[in-house]
Formats: sequence, structure tokens, C-alpha cells
Amino acid sequence: MNTLPQQLANGLFLGSMYGLIAIGYTMVYGIVQLINFAHGEIFMTGGFGALSVYIWLPGNTSMWLALPLMLAGGAVVAVLVAVGAERFAYRPLRGAPRLAPLITAIGLSLALQQAVFNWYPDAKTDRVFPQLPFGPYHIGSVRIQSGDIFLVVAAILCMTALAFFVRLSRTGRAMQATAQDPDTAQLMGIDTNRIIVIAFAIGGLFAAVAGVAYGLKYGSVKYDMGFQAGLKAFTAAVLGGIGNIYGAMLGGLVLGVAEAMATAYIADIPGMEQLGGQGWASVWAFVLLILVLLFRPQGLLGERVADRA
Amino acid sequence: MRPRSLIAITAALAAGALTLTACGSRDDKGGSDDKENTTVVIGVDAPLTGQNSATGLGIQYGVQIAVDDANKKKTVPGVTFKVKALDDKAIPATGQQNATALVANKDVLGVVGPLNSGVATQMQQVFDTANLVEISPSNTAPELTQGKDWQTKKSRPYKSYFRTATTDALQGGFAAQYAHDTLKKKKVYVVDDKQTYGAGLAKLFTSSFKKLGGKIAGTDHVNTGDKDFSTLVTKVKNSGADMLYYGGQYDESQILTKQLKDAGAKIPLFGGDGMFSDTYIKTAGKTSEGDLSTSVGVPVDTIPAAKEFIAAYKAKKYPGDYGTYGGYSYDAATAIIKAVGEVVKDGKVPDDARQQIVDQVQKVKFEGIAGPVAFDEYGDTTNKQLTVYQVKDGKWKAVKSGTYDAG
Repeated sequence: MNTLPQQLANGLFLGSMYGLIAIGYTMVYGIVQLINFAHGEIFMTGGFGALSVYIWLPGNTSMWLALPLMLAGGAVVAVLVAVGAERFAYRPLRGAPRLAPLITAIGLSLALQQAVFNWYPDAKTDRVFPQLPFGPYHIGSVRIQSGDIFLVVAAILCMTALAFFVRLSRTGRAMQATAQDPDTAQLMGIDTNRIIVIAFAIGGLFAAVAGVAYGLKYGSVKYDMGFQAGLKAFTAAVLGGIGNIYGAMLGGLVLGVAEAMATAYIADIPGMEQLGGQGWASVWAFVLLILVLLFRPQGLLGERVADRA
Repeated sequence: MRPRSLIAITAALAAGALTLTACGSRDDKGGSDDKENTTVVIGVDAPLTGQNSATGLGIQYGVQIAVDDANKKKTVPGVTFKVKALDDKAIPATGQQNATALVANKDVLGVVGPLNSGVATQMQQVFDTANLVEISPSNTAPELTQGKDWQTKKSRPYKSYFRTATTDALQGGFAAQYAHDTLKKKKVYVVDDKQTYGAGLAKLFTSSFKKLGGKIAGTDHVNTGDKDFSTLVTKVKNSGADMLYYGGQYDESQILTKQLKDAGAKIPLFGGDGMFSDTYIKTAGKTSEGDLSTSVGVPVDTIPAAKEFIAAYKAKKYPGDYGTYGGYSYDAATAIIKAVGEVVKDGKVPDDARQQIVDQVQKVKFEGIAGPVAFDEYGDTTNKQLTVYQVKDGKWKAVKSGTYDAG
């Protein structure tokens, strides 16, 4: 049986999740040039927020009713954490050298992980996450899980909404202006502090959606789930061109597919048996990143790197 | 708040946090709070947080119960035992630091642990130099006791290292035999996590299974901490394998099995004692039904002697899974306590107590709660019992117990 369609689909699903998380990295970077390394943990708190709502709901609640509430709960938690991080950890360091907020971000990431680990009930190991009561579906030879459907639908809806928001709304245009030149934007009467908060909030929102999708896809959430996912999403953001929201999504998809292809096929190439498979997937993903950056230092869709770095 | 003051506070907090962490391994010098009694500390090293912590906590509290029992029954007159548990987070380097800290604590006369074979490789030398006895309730990598060339020429690398668990040489073979003879599996896909324990177990399973006439449909490796196995399970499904053998811990296999079944592969996952944990079933849910695991010894809850232990564990509401190594940890601690009883008389600890205790542990022989406890010339347990468990109705059920002759 030809496994290529299934493997492509696997890669696209994984990539959609990377993309959703990568939006948070890229939006924040685009506006304040800060790499928010705590974003992976914001994604994690989104997952746990949704789980808390599910636990709080009566046991017989239908998933159709529970899912929107879980999304809302996850979003509230993740957005609060993201905005709180901006207000209390990053804003006081706005004028400080670049390294200070970066180190703060790493510290915040550890603190959030440990907080959930210590204080969320039974979070020392995986917490079981509810599943959607339908699926799997077959399209040709491709088998699709309910969690994957949610993931892809959510990714498409979120991306479309974000694109319209940034292009057409007043706030969205103010964000673009702030990204281009924060000082001039402020002189033009844009409240840049507000714009920055909104960038963090949108990042948190997308991370929460990704967190719920993660739970539905893998069946459990864990305090350390944000570490690897966050790292990969950051890679996706750089791959697509950091600062560019479409680039983040594209980077995520490319990265996901690259990992799937590497896992599935590299070991079949004669002489490469030892260098393929799941254990090497990340290695090949980073090889791809290096190659792309060699020839397009600004990333796939990136622009104006010179005045950023 | 001014940026500068915030930096100062952050720096102060970071420094504080670092100091606290450092304290963790240094505080609690033991000392005798009882005027008449000498305090003897039994060290524990296991992952108590993060990965593998469910089984790691089972070790810590298994030892705790053994120590409580010894104190209550006054097994060694004039001595009060204490437990000093250190967290190695399943990281070899951390285990080595813990070993150094335990050696430096004069009151420590024996150590139970670690959980992971890979961690053990970094700790053995430290303990051996200090002549401090170390008994692992769970290490299964053969080279820990029988040297690097254990398949051809056995030689014991460290005199102070013992274990109450049987080795992978037996466990991998036992699993292969069960898969081939009882389950009638013909083609197995083998995956491991590249760690000392997981890779070793997978290799031994593979060679035994081939020897029995079985076929290997394919092999792959995962990284610890991986969550997405969708590509891997697609490969497994398409290879036509009728079973997946996994060498590694429950952290990955509980997610792997769910994705395997979700992908439509109706084949069981078979693993070693690293995934024999209730957490595995809890996380994987219904998808774990029919999965198998080998574990060392016979089921703890079928041994009458273990009843009290399980009751105590449940009554104290200790966290973690006692089912995997709790009984072995209890027995390992008891072996140390008995050795201490031979060496420390009337609360007087001789200068070469550690050396004497190593010699006494070698000679120890008693009926433990998980079976008879005694060590052979390599420091391996003489109890070679193994059991295959299968998930039935959401519980691990013992399906076959026996011994395996590595031949």
C-alpha cells in the first residue's frame, strides 16, 4: 500500500499545530522584537485551562457543548497568562538590553512549567484529555482522526480570521504600523502599549486553540508538553520568516511535512538506514532550517530582516 | 517599577532559587535526635519528578515503609533508620551528583536506587570508590553486574553494586518466548528509546525472537519526550507486523499505543518492566487493552508477605506506583538494614562500616516480600522469576510467571 498520502496528512496535521503556536512567536516578535520563549508554556496552560473546564462540567455533558466551553476556558487562561507575562515580566524591561527580556522569558517558561507541575492536581504525569466522540474517517487510503479534523478546521478558521483582522480592522492596521516603526506609530496617535498587549493576547488565543487540539489529538496533556512543541513552533516561525504571520503557518506546515517525510522515508534510502526514523526527525527538520536560512536568511516569506536584527 | 530594580529583584530571586536547589542535596545531616540511638541513613536515588516519576516514587516509598517497619520492630537495636531521597530526574549526570552527595554524608550506610540503568552507569563508580553499598530494585541492563562483555566473558565491574531485579537478558528472552510460543506472533516491529535500558531490551528481544524463528518487520527509535508518533505508527501498520515491541518507559509507550490503535493497527504493544505501571493504563485508556508487559518477579499482590506492605502503602496514601518495584525496593532496603544489623552493634558504627556492609549484603539471604533475596557472585539476584502481564478490563493481569534460561 502506498503510504505517501497518509504520511503527508500526518505531516500536515502536525504542521498545523506548529503553525498555530508559531503565530504567537511571530506576532510578538514582529511588534516588539522579543522572542517569547515562554510561549510554549502559554500553549500548555491553554491545554490545562480547557481540561479544568471539562473537569468542572457535569460528567454527562456532550462533547459538542463541552468543546466550545473548553476552548473558551483554555483561551481565557492562556490569554491571561500571556497578557500577564507582558505586563509584569516584559513591559518593565521594554527599554532594557535585548538579553534581559530573553532571559526573563526563559525563566518565565521554567516558572510556568513548575507551577503547573506542582499545583495542578495530578499533573506530575500525563493528564487524560477528553476525546471527540466521532471518527476516524477514511478518504481514500488516508485515515483521519477526529482530533486532526478539529486541528485543521481550527487552523484554517484562525488564520483566515487573523488575516482579515490584521488587514481590515483599525486595530490590525495599527499593529502593522507599530511593527513597521513603533516610534512613528506612537507619534501618529497609536497607543503602542495597547497594540503590544493585543499581540500577546492573540498569540495566547492561538496557543490555547493549539493546546486544545493537542489534547484532542494525543489524548493527554502534560506540564512539559510546551517545551518541545514550543521549540518546534519557534523553528517554524523562523523557517517561515519571523515577523510574518503567513510565514509562521507556512513554516509550520513545511516543518511538519519535513519531519514526517524524514521519519517515513529516509531510512529506506540505501546507506541511510541509521540516519532515518523517528529518532532523527528533528535532526532533518533542523537541516532543512539551516538550508533555508543559508539561501534565504529572511526565511521563506520573511522580509526586512536588516532593520530588525 | 524601574527596569533596573526589576533586574535586581530577578537576579536576587534567581540567586535565591539556585541556593535553595543546592540546599536540597546538602541539608539534613542526619544527626541523632534520639539520645540513645544512632541514626543510620539509607539513601534513595530515583526520578521523583518528571519523567518516570510514578515508578520512581514507588521506590522512594517502598524504602520508606521498610525503614518504618525496621524502626517499629527495632530490627537493629540502638539504631534509628532514616530515609534520604534524592531526585535524579532520570538524568545520568544528576544521578552522579546525588551519588557524590550521598557518599559525602557520613550517616549514609547504604543506597537504594536508581531506577534507570543509564543513570546507574554514572553512579556505580562513585559508590564503589567509597565502598558504599548500592542496591537497585529495577536496573535490568546486564552489563551493570556482568561487565561490558557479559555475553562472552562475565566479570563483575563493581563490588558494591547489587540488584534485586532480574536482567534484560532474561526479560527480553522471556518476552520473545511468550510472543512466539504463546501468542503465535510471526512478525514484530521493534521500537526503542535509545536509552541504555530501552535499547538494550529491544536488542535482546530482537535476537531471541529471531532465534525462535520469528521475523522482524522493521525497527525504529524514538526520542524520550516525543509526543507525535503518527508517522511511525503508519509505518508499523503498513509493515504488516502483528505486534509492536517497545523498549523504553511508559512516558512514551502510553502515547505510542494510543496513536497506534487510533491509526487502525489492531496489534498489541509489548514492552518491558519500564512500562509496567498503572499510569500507562490510565493515560492510554481503552487503547491499552490487550497490551503486554514483562516485569521482574511475581506479582506483588499475589505474595502473602506483601499484603502488609500494600496495606501500609495505601493507608499512608503515598504517591506513585508500588506495583512495579515497590516490593523490590522494600527488599533492597531490608537487605541493607539486615547488613547494618550485622555490622552496627549497640549503636556503635565501626570506622569501616561501609566496607563491612558491602560484605554483609553479599552474604544476605532471607525471604523478602517479593520473593527470596540473595545475591550471586556478580551481585545479581538469585531470584530469576519473571511475569508477563496483559491489560484486561483496564488492569494489569498476570498471564504467565516463570523463569527463563538465557542458555
